[in-house]
Amino acid sequence: MERSISNEELELLLNDVLEVHGYDFTDYSRASIHRRVNRLLMLDSFPSFAELRFRVRNDAAYLKRFVEEITVNVTEMFRDPDAYRAIKELVFPQLFSKPFIRVWHAGCSTGEEVYSMAILLHEAGLLHKSLIYATDINPEVLERARAGIFPLSQMKQYSENYIAAGGTEDFSSYYTARYDKVIFNENLRKRMVFATHNLVSDSSFNEFQLILCRNVMIYFDKNLQNNVLHLFDASLEKLGYLALGAKETIKFSGIIPKYKQLEKHKIWRKIK
Amino acid sequence: MEKDKVELVAIGGSAGSLEALLEILPALKPDFPVPLVLVLHRKSTTDTILTNLLQSRSSFRVREIEEKEPLRPGTLHIVPPDYHVLIEEDRTFSLDDSEKVNYSRPSIDVVFQSAAKVYQSGLVCVLLSGANADGTEGFRQVQELGGTTIAQSPESAEVGYMPGQAIAANTAGKIMNNKEIIAYLNAITR
Repeated sequence: MERSISNEELELLLNDVLEVHGYDFTDYSRASIHRRVNRLLMLDSFPSFAELRFRVRNDAAYLKRFVEEITVNVTEMFRDPDAYRAIKELVFPQLFSKPFIRVWHAGCSTGEEVYSMAILLHEAGLLHKSLIYATDINPEVLERARAGIFPLSQMKQYSENYIAAGGTEDFSSYYTARYDKVIFNENLRKRMVFATHNLVSDSSFNEFQLILCRNVMIYFDKNLQNNVLHLFDASLEKLGYLALGAKETIKFSGIIPKYKQLEKHKIWRKIK
Repeated sequence: MEKDKVELVAIGGSAGSLEALLEILPALKPDFPVPLVLVLHRKSTTDTILTNLLQSRSSFRVREIEEKEPLRPGTLHIVPPDYHVLIEEDRTFSLDDSEKVNYSRPSIDVVFQSAAKVYQSGLVCVLLSGANADGTEGFRQVQELGGTTIAQSPESAEVGYMPGQAIAANTAGKIMNNKEIIAYLNAITR
């Protein structure tokens, strides 16, 4: 049987991480975070819960790894091509007249979606007047996002996604391949700002025309989801847009009366 | 095991399992007394063809899982493409887009393991046709926690490999053809 910790041990660990290090995972959905902690217990070969707990409490370097591994950092370029197509066709036309466009990617992980958005903005002729703020709780994944280096082996899939999203250029013109990696073009990265931001504890830091937070809130409980949606609401200018993941909704939150959904897409416009 | 203690039926399938589902689901009683969860390997897509197809052949409610949704008796909850599904202690669904398991997202193992933890001996899992080894480890945990595991008999399956793997690993408690699976599930009462 897989090595695993009990529900009570999980609560002890999450309380330690909050009290000792200030990272608050106590409002994360339990089933997923429990599975992540059990996975880490196996990956790092801890003989028991006590050793894991000691390491998390006392080793600041290990804490970084803990946070990165219990949060999910799986992402891809142009995931859900339909969502990107909708942004391109329904959102961008409303942004053309803006002198300056601020986009916030909340929980951007290793940045694949940030580069996707930069490419779409470029093709719409909007990138030069846009700034994409890309934030995540993990400093390490932001370093990778900033570098813009991704595995060459993924490019075939990403290219297919890009075409399905309505991309008009040759996808390979956006990167340079070296051995088994590609690096994305500097002109895309020039319009990105990377910073750590914790959706649980940090506040609003700017006002945006478009906020994307896709497949991040699925890991939060309902109460935390509601708090984060209020944070987004406070960070969105009137008539701005909020884009969520394919299975996420604002339907059950307090902000719903101020928003109008774009057809069946997981994109809402702030109308009040 | 006692069929009046069953609280959840989870069904996993891969290549060739649609044929089995189209035989099994229409034959289940309309007032099915517990929730059903279906996890199928399928191409990543947001379309609703599968949900609509299975709804047209079933007499109970069929819907694709939304995050935080509660499990409901008499409902077939379909795991959406490109997400893992987990079940919380309060018997609601959580979605998770972490790494693939057995080259699959959704993974049958992930659903079975998560369901076993919550439902323990109240869980019945069915593993149908497929060409992948997904489901075997999930079956192991279901058995360890007292649940019931049923593999579609490989000779009656379109592709016998997946249930065959569970049988070979000795994690399939029962081996049944479609007719036997139907009879077993229809005998569940609350």
